[in-house]
Amino acid sequence: MTADSDLLIIGGGQAAGELAAALRSRDWGGSIAIVGEEDHVPYTRPPLSKAYLRGEVEAADLYLRRPDFYDRHGIAVSAGVAVADVDLEAQTVTLDDGRVRTWRKLVFATGGRPRRLPDSILRSAPNVHYIRTLADVDRLKAVRTDGASFVVVGGGYVGLEIASVLRSLDAQVTLVEAAVRLLGRVTSPVVSEFFRRLHRDRGVDVRVGTAVVEYQYSDAGNVIGAVLSDGSRIAVDQLLVGIGMVPNDELAARAGIDVDGGILVDRFCRTSANDVFAVGDVAKVTDLDGEPPRRLESMPNAVSHARVLADYLSGVEQPAVDPPWFWSDQYDIKLQSAGLVVPDDELVIRGNPDERRFSVLYLRDGVVTAVDAIGSRADYAAARKLIAQRVLVDAGIAADPGRRLLEAALASAGTTD
Amino acid sequence: MPEVTFTQPSGERITVSADVGRSLMKVAVENLVPGIVGECGGDLSCATCHVFVDVPWVAKLPPMTAEEEQMLDVTAEEPTAASRLCCQITLTEDLDGLSLHVPETQR
Repeated sequence: MTADSDLLIIGGGQAAGELAAALRSRDWGGSIAIVGEEDHVPYTRPPLSKAYLRGEVEAADLYLRRPDFYDRHGIAVSAGVAVADVDLEAQTVTLDDGRVRTWRKLVFATGGRPRRLPDSILRSAPNVHYIRTLADVDRLKAVRTDGASFVVVGGGYVGLEIASVLRSLDAQVTLVEAAVRLLGRVTSPVVSEFFRRLHRDRGVDVRVGTAVVEYQYSDAGNVIGAVLSDGSRIAVDQLLVGIGMVPNDELAARAGIDVDGGILVDRFCRTSANDVFAVGDVAKVTDLDGEPPRRLESMPNAVSHARVLADYLSGVEQPAVDPPWFWSDQYDIKLQSAGLVVPDDELVIRGNPDERRFSVLYLRDGVVTAVDAIGSRADYAAARKLIAQRVLVDAGIAADPGRRLLEAALASAGTTD
Repeated sequence: MPEVTFTQPSGERITVSADVGRSLMKVAVENLVPGIVGECGGDLSCATCHVFVDVPWVAKLPPMTAEEEQMLDVTAEEPTAASRLCCQITLTEDLDGLSLHVPETQR
């Protein structure tokens, strides 16, 4: 029996688009279908909280490839369509309009959705914003910013990037983070403190170690005030919530695929079910040489998964080799990170945070495992090499900004296996 | 529309035509030119769109920024004096006939 698609991808984000393109670039000849809920061909999300919100680029600029690319390469994109149900035995999906599609191989690229505040009234408040999709940001762009009071809940990258754009649009911004420091889950205190001061200097009222204890509403259901745990009350014109992401793994779980805070996959993006895969934000990789399972929410991770799976489906077993990497733009500052920061890593600081140009190297047993580089592409570039090569470094040389970072490399600490 | 030729390590030549104003990285990616990855979308964060510009064209390209120069430090294949990150090259009519070599590896 012929299936409608040799490969059906659920989800139409960057992981889906890159996977389809990577398969075609490897001359994978089967039929490919992408079914995505959003009304767009696959696009890249990082600019949503940066250049797109600032109005410097348009939606079409975010498209990974032009819409006609998919037709030309035999990739059927159904945009604005959700998958309601998956039947692994029958190898079908049921779409939200009732149509049924058959497949031979299935990929979950279902991504995630913003974590919501628990307060149920907030869900329907017209001036509460979450940032994940083009539609979310279009809604935010439609509101007046000049002189308006914005409260940003959450001091992660999304919240900080949004705060920086809002300041450039002359909004008053209060940023509330319940933890004792910004970016607490992803970086070291020195980087957290740098960003706290940066935002404070640009006029953001940064409140760390502070939670919203009560929201106040107008008769129309708008949020008009936030009462904070420090006892103060802040007037709210618009409320932005950036408190993390929830993986969209429910569809897979209902189909009987193993999930645990994400769809569980091995290093080739294979799920617990035959011929079923998961990529991108929703995929939690379990076989990492003794490291705990991890799910990364980042565009480079989505691209990396797409490449690994395209290789695998083309008969090449080549797991990801690059360390995870990431970047963030806030005001005129660029942060570039590689590797994953672990709390008890040894820190080496190169340069001076006061000059807004420094980098933090994270060392474990003398080997560089991660870097946060601020305003220093050269350090970022060098550190990426050191991380990938797992070389021992001289911490004294590494800390000297007068010397090139690569000079700190001592000897190989053993090859990657 | 200007034409650009990407020569593969195998010697295979891939010639594509594209609109003026688009970055060479985007042009390569949309035409599935092997060996041009463009992982970061042109943000100068990944160095996976490294190309070697054929010598007659090197001087005809706009000069490199300090940022591009720094990112050339992290390319998978050793850069040369002819190296560029093609996300930083915007196609113009003057570049019709541009010829580039794709490195063996981008990572």
